Amino acid sequence: MTDYLFIRFFDQAGPATIDQLGGKCASLVNLTAAGLPVPPGFAVTTAAYTSFVELTGLADEIDRLLEGLDPEDVAVVDEVSAKIRAEFLSREVPDAIAAEFARAYEALQQRFTEEQPVAVRSSATAEDLPDASFAGQQDTYLWLRGRDAVAEHVRRCWASLYTSRAIVYRLANSIPDEGLSMAVAVQKMVDARTAGVAMTIDPSNGDRSTIVIDAAWGLGESVVSGTVTPDNLHVDKVLLTISEEQIGEKHIEMVPDADSQGVVEREVEAERRGIRCLRDDEVTAVAAIAKRAEKHFGSPQDIEWAIDRTLPDGENLLLLQSRPETVWSTKAQAATPTSSGFGIASITQSLMTQIGR
Amino acid sequence: MSETTAVAAPVRNSFPSPYDQAPPAGAEGWKDLYAYNLVFQDGLREVEEKKFWFCDSQHWPTVTKPFETIGFEFAVGCLGQYNARQLLIPTANGIEYRIHNGYVFMSPVAVDPQHIEARVPEFMQRAGHYFENWDSLLQNWHTKLRATIDEIDGLDFTALPDMIPIDDVLSGKGTGAGTEFLESYDKLISLAYRAWQYHFEFLNLGYVAYLDLFMFCKEMFPRIPDQAIATMVQGVDMELFRPDDELKKLAKIAVSDGLADLFGDTSDAEGTLAAIAAHPAGAAWTQAWNDAQDPWFNFTTGNGFYAHDQYWRDVPSIPLAFIKGYIERLQGGADIDRHVDELVAERDRITGEYAELLDGDALATFQGKLGLARVVYPYVENHNFYIEHWTMGVFWRKARQLSAVLHEAGFWPEPNDMFYLRRDEVRETLFDYVNGWMVGAPAIGPSHWPAEVERRRGIVDALSTARPQPALNTPPEVITEPFTLMLWGITDDQIQNWLGKSDVPEGTLQGMAASPGTAEGPARVISSADQLSEVQDGEILVAPVTSPSWGPIFGKIRATVTDIGGMMSHAAIVCREYGMPAVTGTGTASVEITTGQMLRVDGNSGTVTILD
Repeated sequence: MTDYLFIRFFDQAGPATIDQLGGKCASLVNLTAAGLPVPPGFAVTTAAYTSFVELTGLADEIDRLLEGLDPEDVAVVDEVSAKIRAEFLSREVPDAIAAEFARAYEALQQRFTEEQPVAVRSSATAEDLPDASFAGQQDTYLWLRGRDAVAEHVRRCWASLYTSRAIVYRLANSIPDEGLSMAVAVQKMVDARTAGVAMTIDPSNGDRSTIVIDAAWGLGESVVSGTVTPDNLHVDKVLLTISEEQIGEKHIEMVPDADSQGVVEREVEAERRGIRCLRDDEVTAVAAIAKRAEKHFGSPQDIEWAIDRTLPDGENLLLLQSRPETVWSTKAQAATPTSSGFGIASITQSLMTQIGR
Repeated sequence: MSETTAVAAPVRNSFPSPYDQAPPAGAEGWKDLYAYNLVFQDGLREVEEKKFWFCDSQHWPTVTKPFETIGFEFAVGCLGQYNARQLLIPTANGIEYRIHNGYVFMSPVAVDPQHIEARVPEFMQRAGHYFENWDSLLQNWHTKLRATIDEIDGLDFTALPDMIPIDDVLSGKGTGAGTEFLESYDKLISLAYRAWQYHFEFLNLGYVAYLDLFMFCKEMFPRIPDQAIATMVQGVDMELFRPDDELKKLAKIAVSDGLADLFGDTSDAEGTLAAIAAHPAGAAWTQAWNDAQDPWFNFTTGNGFYAHDQYWRDVPSIPLAFIKGYIERLQGGADIDRHVDELVAERDRITGEYAELLDGDALATFQGKLGLARVVYPYVENHNFYIEHWTMGVFWRKARQLSAVLHEAGFWPEPNDMFYLRRDEVRETLFDYVNGWMVGAPAIGPSHWPAEVERRRGIVDALSTARPQPALNTPPEVITEPFTLMLWGITDDQIQNWLGKSDVPEGTLQGMAASPGTAEGPARVISSADQLSEVQDGEILVAPVTSPSWGPIFGKIRATVTDIGGMMSHAAIVCREYGMPAVTGTGTASVEITTGQMLRVDGNSGTVTILD
C-alpha cells in the first residue's frame, strides 16, 4: 500500500498535507488516524491531477485558451470553459495513473464481500474555487458503481476547476492557474437512514457548551443543500443531553435508486415527516462523535455524519467530514460575564441582575 | 394535534380566587380551626386577590391540622426574617403564607424598588461577614443547635403528681409541678421557634451563593442544563445520607454474622430485636443498632412537618424492614453501596469539561464562584437532617407525649388528638389542666374538648377529600423571586403547564429535568410513607413528593416522578446522588398515573410518557 504515487488511502499512516490531498481528504486521513469511524476510501492525490494535465499536454492547451480571456465576456468564457472541461473528459489518462487507480479501486472493494457503491468528491487545495469554504458546493457524485464510472467521475471533479464561474473567480481575484490542482476522494458510499451535520458550538450565540445537530431522513445532502427543514437539536456538550429540540417537516429524502444507479429524491410518507429521525441514544452518539472531532482538532468543528441502515447498532454511525468552525472561533470569547470575580460583591450583583432581567 | 383528537385540556389565564372556592361538603366552618391571620379574610378580598399564591404541596402535601400550622408559621416566617431583617437581601423579602381549604399557599413579598439600593451595603456587610467566616460560624451553629435539641430532649411531660414531693417542701423550693408543666410547654414552642431560626441562618446564604454560580453558568453557557450546575456543587459525603448508610452497615453485619434468618417478621420489631440480642453472634449487630439510634435514627419517612410523621427511633419496624430489604439484595448478589468515588469522578469530569470551555477572567470567575458554592452548599443539603429530622423528631416525640398525658386525663378520645387544637388553644387547655390540679377540682376540658375534637376531625377528613388548586389568582408575567424558582420550581413554564397551556401531547406529563437518564418500567403510585413497603424491584416511583429518608427504596426503583419540587427539591438531590432519572414538579403525576401503568421517564428533557 505504500508504493502508490498517485493514491493515498485514508487509513494509510504518515503526514497528510493539503497540498497533496486537498482539505477534504487531508481531514478524512486525520479523522481516520484519530480512530474516528470514517467510511473507508482513498484520495486520488494532486500529483495525479498534475501529471495528467502535464503529460497529456492539457496544461499548455489551457494556458493557450485562457490567454487574454475577458472575464466580462460571458459567452466566450462559457465556450472556453466547455472546451477545457471536454478535454478533461476525453484525453487518455496516462497508464501509470490509470493502473494505480485500478489497483486502489480493487483494493478498496476487496475489503467487502460484494462490490460497494462509492461516492466521488472533489477535494480542493486552497482558494482555487469560489465556493471552497461552503459545504456541499463542490462536486459530489453519489452511489457510483464500477471502476469505469468512478474513473469517469474523478475526471469530472478535475474538470470542475474550470467551470465558467471558477475561471471568472480566479481572473477577478488574480489567482494564477499555475500550481492549480485538485485531489479527489473516492469513498465507500453510506446507505444513510438518517444523516446531517453537527456543530460543536452554537452558531447563534457562540456558546461552546452546546452542540447543534441538524438531521433528516436519507442522505445528508438534503440537509447540506437546504432542501428539507431538518430536525434541529441542541445538545449539552458535557452531559450529552438534549436541551432543546425542534422537529422539522422533513418532506423529502435522498436515497439510493436501484434502477438508475444513483440517488433519487423521494417524498417522505406523512407519518415519518413529523417524527424525530434520531433516537435518543443516536443523538448522544452523534454529539459524542462531534465532541471527539473537536477534541482531536483542538477547535470547534462542523461535521457531517450519517447512520448507515445496513450496519448494526453501535457501528452504524459514520463521520463523513470535519471542518473547523470559522465564525465564532475567531472571536476571543463568546460571552463576557456581567459579574466578575466571586464573593459578596458578585453575589449582590447577581441578585440585582435577577430582578432586572 | 388535529382537531379530531381527544378533548384538549382546559385553557385559562388565571387560577381561581380563594374567595370563589367553597370547601368540600362536610368542611363548612373550616376557617375557625385556624388562627385569623392564617386564612383569607373576607374584609381583605381586594388586597388578597391582587397577590399570586402557589400551593406548597412540596412541604405540606396533605391537610394540616390546627397544631401543625406551627411548621409553616415557624419555617416560612424565619425564612422571611433572614431575607427581610437579618441579611436585608436587596431584592427579596419574605414569603406570605395562608391556609386555604386546609392546604398551604405562599406568595413572595417583593422589595419596593426604591428601597433596593439602600439595602445593598447592609446586605454586603451582613452576608459578607457570614461568607468570610463560614466555617467558624457554622461550627458555632452546630454547637448551639445541639444545645437546643438537648434542651427539647430534656423536657418531660408526665401526669401531675397527687402531691408536691416532700423534698421540694423540705428544701423550701416554693413552686410546684403545675407551673413547671406550663413552662415546659412554653419552652417546647420557643425552642422549636429558635431551631427554625437556626435553620435559615445559613440556608438563604447557601442559596444566594448557588444562585450567583447558577447565573454565571447560564450567562456563559445559555443552554446549560440546571442539573449540570447542581451536579457541580453536589455534596458527596453528606450527613443526610448517613441514616441510610447505617442501615446498609447493619444489613452487612447481619449477613456476615449469620443473623439474616432472624429478619423474617420485622413488623414485630421487639421480637426481632430480642431474637438478635439473644443470638450468640448478635452482640456486634445490637451494638451497631444502638449506636445508630442517636442521632441517625432521628429520621422520618415523612418530612418533619406533620405530627403523624414516623421517626425510625420511635418506630423500629421501619428501619428493620429497610434492613431486611438490603439483606435480601445482598443475598441476591446486589451491590448496595453508593459509590462515592464514582460520584466524585463524574462531578470532577463535568466541572472540568465546562472549565475547559472558559479562559482568562471567565475561568477565574467560574472557579471562584464554584469554590464558594461548594463551601456553602453542603449546608443546603445537610441542614435537613439537623432540623427537619433530628430537631423535629425530638419535638414531635415530646408533643405526642404531652398529648397522651391530656388524653389520659380525659381531654380527648385519642392519644394524638391534641393536634386538632391550635398551639395557643393547647396553652389555654394546659392552664385549665394545671388549674384543676391546683384547686383540686375537675378541669373543664374533658367536658369541652372531646365533642369539639370530633367535630374538627370531621372537618379535617372532609378537607382531605379534595386536592388543592396548584395556585390562586392571576400569575405575574414573569417569576423572578429566587427562592420560588429554585426551591419550589415555580417557573413561568410550570405555571403555563398548570394553566393547561403547555403543548405536551396527550399521555405525556412535563416537569423539571431534575436528574439525568431515561428509564422505563411499571408505575408505583405512593401517596404516603405507609405505602413504601408496596414498592417492588424495577418499578418507577410516582409520588406527590418524596422524603430523603425513603433512601432504602431508591435501590429498588428505576426512576422517580413527583408532582411538586424543583432542581433543589429533596427528590432531585437524592436521585442525582443515586444516579437515577427523576422528573419533578409534574403537577399531577400522582393523580393521572395509576399503579401498574408502563411509564417512560426522561430525566434529560423532564418528560414522563404513559406507554399504555
